[in-house]
Amino acid sequence: MAQLEPIAANLWTDEAEPALLGGRLPSGKIVFPFPSGDAAEGVEPWRLSRTGTLWSWTRQDFQPKEPFEGPEPFQPYLIGYVELPGEVIVETRIVDAKLEDLKLGMPMEFVVAPFDATRATYAFRPEKA
Amino acid sequence: MEDVYIIGAGIHPFGRTDGRSGRDQGVFAVRQAMADAAIEWTDVGCAYGGSAAAGSADIMVNELGLTGLPFINVSNGCATGGSALASARNAVAAGECDIAMAVGFDKHPRGAFNAKPRDYGLPEWYGQTGMMLTTQFFALKIQRYMQLYGITRETLGRVAEKAFRNGVHADHAWRRSPVDLETILNSPMVNDPLTKYMFCAPAEGAVALILASGKKVRELGADAVKIASVAVRTRPPGSFEVFAPSVDIDNGGKPTILASKAAFELAGIGPEDISVAQLQDTESGAEIMHMAENGFCKDGDQEQWLREGRTEVTGKLPVNTDGGCLACGEPIGASGLRQVYENTVQLRGRGGGRQVPGGPKAAYSHVYGAPGLSGVCILER
Repeated sequence: MAQLEPIAANLWTDEAEPALLGGRLPSGKIVFPFPSGDAAEGVEPWRLSRTGTLWSWTRQDFQPKEPFEGPEPFQPYLIGYVELPGEVIVETRIVDAKLEDLKLGMPMEFVVAPFDATRATYAFRPEKA
Repeated sequence: MEDVYIIGAGIHPFGRTDGRSGRDQGVFAVRQAMADAAIEWTDVGCAYGGSAAAGSADIMVNELGLTGLPFINVSNGCATGGSALASARNAVAAGECDIAMAVGFDKHPRGAFNAKPRDYGLPEWYGQTGMMLTTQFFALKIQRYMQLYGITRETLGRVAEKAFRNGVHADHAWRRSPVDLETILNSPMVNDPLTKYMFCAPAEGAVALILASGKKVRELGADAVKIASVAVRTRPPGSFEVFAPSVDIDNGGKPTILASKAAFELAGIGPEDISVAQLQDTESGAEIMHMAENGFCKDGDQEQWLREGRTEVTGKLPVNTDGGCLACGEPIGASGLRQVYENTVQLRGRGGGRQVPGGPKAAYSHVYGAPGLSGVCILER
C-alpha cells in the first residue's frame, strides 16, 4: 500500500504500525482529529490507541453527493464509531467485515485502507482472534 | 413576565410547489395567519423570520406593505422557526408591541442535504471520504440505541406507518396516502437500519404565527392559545451530534434534555400533563429517542408504546398528529413552526380527521437540528 497517498496529511502517524493522530487538550481531554487554526493552541499531538470497541455502525447504501470523492462505480461501504478506551470515540470507515458481522462492543483494530486508485484513508476492522 | 398568546396561524402546504419561491410561500402563510387572527398587516408591531435556503424574510415587506415595522431576520438552522417564535414572544412579553409575527419558510433541492466541511469547521477529508452525511448520523444514533434498549426494526416501521396514516387527514401534509408496515420495512435501505420510508425528505413550505398580548386578545375576542413556555438550547459537553468526527467518551448530554427540562419548568407542568406532542421525527428513530429525551417515557419503553398504539391520535399521548416530518417533509426554516401550528390547531379543536379527542389542554412541540440544538414550546388552552 506504500504507493497510495494519504487522503490528508497528519491524519495518522507515519510509522511501521501507524495510528490515528489526535490531540490532548490542556484539560487532559483527548480529541480527534488534531485541531486546526487557533483551536490548535496548547494542544499536544496524541497518538491514539490502535484498538478499541465498536460503539455504533451503519452502511452507506446510496452514493453521496459532493464533496464525496469515492471511486466509480459506487460501492456501499461501512462506517461506524470505535471507542478507544480512555481516549475518545472516533468516526471511521469499517473494512474487512459485512454489515451482519458487526456487534456492539466487538473488538476493532486500526488499519490504513485503500480509498481509491491513488489514495488511502484510515479504517478499523474487526480484530483478528 | 406577561403571558403571550397565539391568535393566528397560517401554513402554506408542505411538499413541492414548482413556480412559487420559498419566500412567496412565506407571504402566503402570513396572509392566512392574519386572516385567521382577523388583523391587518398594519396591526403587526414587529416581525421575526427566516429560512435556511430560501433567502431573507424581511424582504417580505415588499409584498406585505411598507409599514416601517422592525423585521428581524433569523438564521438559526433547524431552530430558525423556533428562534423566531421565541424572539416574537419576548418582544410581546417585554411590551415592545402588542402584536408580533413569527414566520419560517424554505425551499430545498431534492435529495439528501450535502453539507460542505468548511462551513462546519471540519477538515476536507471528512466530506471526501463519505462520512459527512446527516442520514448516517441518524442511523448511527438509533443503531446504538436499538442495541442498548432492545428497540426492533418493526417499531421503527410502526412510527412511519403512523406518520403516513396521520398525514392522510392533514391538508398541509405532503404524503397523504397510507403506507403499510411491510412496504416500509422492505423499502430500499438508506443507512441501516433506516429504510427509505423511515426518512423524511427535504421539502418546501411555510408557516406564520401571529402572537398577541393578553390585552389584545381580550380586545379582539380572539380564539387564542397561551404560549406557556419556549426554550431553545444548544448542546452540552459530551453530546452525540450530526457531523462529529469524534465523540467524547463521557457522552450522554443532550440539548433536547436541556430544552425539555427548561420548558417544563417555565410552564410549571410535567410530561404527564401533556395531551398531544409533536416531536422531531427526521426519521423513525428520532421520534423514538425523542419520546424518552423529552421525558415522556423511559428508554426502551417505546417498544411497548408503539405496539399498544399509545402514540396514535386516539392514544394516551398522541405524537405527530399531522404526520410530522415523515409525512410533511422538512423545509428547515418552517419545520419547527409547523409543529406549533399543528398544536394550535389541536388546542382549538380544529383538527378534523386527526383531532385528538377529549379537548386537549396542553400541547408540546420539539424541534432538533444541527449542530446540536433543540427548541421546545408548550402551548396551553
